Amino acid sequence: MIELVLDILSWVLLCTGGAFVLIGGIGALRLPGFYTRLHAASLTETMATILIFAGMILQAGLSLAAIKLFAIMVFLLLTAPTASYALANAALQSGLRPVAQREGEDA
Amino acid sequence: MYVVVSLAILVTMVLALVRALRGPSVYDRVLAVNMFGTKTALLLAVIAFLFERPDFLDLALAYALINLVGVLAVLEFIQSKPRKAEAADLD
Repeated sequence: MIELVLDILSWVLLCTGGAFVLIGGIGALRLPGFYTRLHAASLTETMATILIFAGMILQAGLSLAAIKLFAIMVFLLLTAPTASYALANAALQSGLRPVAQREGEDA
Repeated sequence: MYVVVSLAILVTMVLALVRALRGPSVYDRVLAVNMFGTKTALLLAVIAFLFERPDFLDLALAYALINLVGVLAVLEFIQSKPRKAEAADLD
């Protein structure tokens, strides 16, 4: 009974994570402007990572694989936002303006 | 179940590659490559469960580490270029 509940819960988490990955990938390709694309890509790097790794940890149970998965998740959650921040900071300092602001200057 | 998730990640990696090839600015390309690297670590972790080979988790961890170092190195290279140009203008 408990195993069935854990299976269903982990499947739901994995499917939601996969959907988030797909949405973020489409957004990173289709959205206008660099900063909106950065927003879409960051979505896949935090939310989808949490959901997919949580689903796999539920499947792994109490084992070494679960500890490794948790370590990878924590590491990705520490580094991916750092890389996103560094990227946005580099773009802003080099003079790349957000789309709305650029349109305001033109008007 | 893992097949669906790995397929979603693979499609996203293809989309990221398209953005990396099309990206108008260099930051779009770095963003796409960073996203590709993160998705690689994610895909390796899912594949470890898909084929039931836990060794792949170590590969995923190593890939995440390498990805961070690579992106930060590229960003340092990009960010230092305009500063040098400004310094040359001031002189």
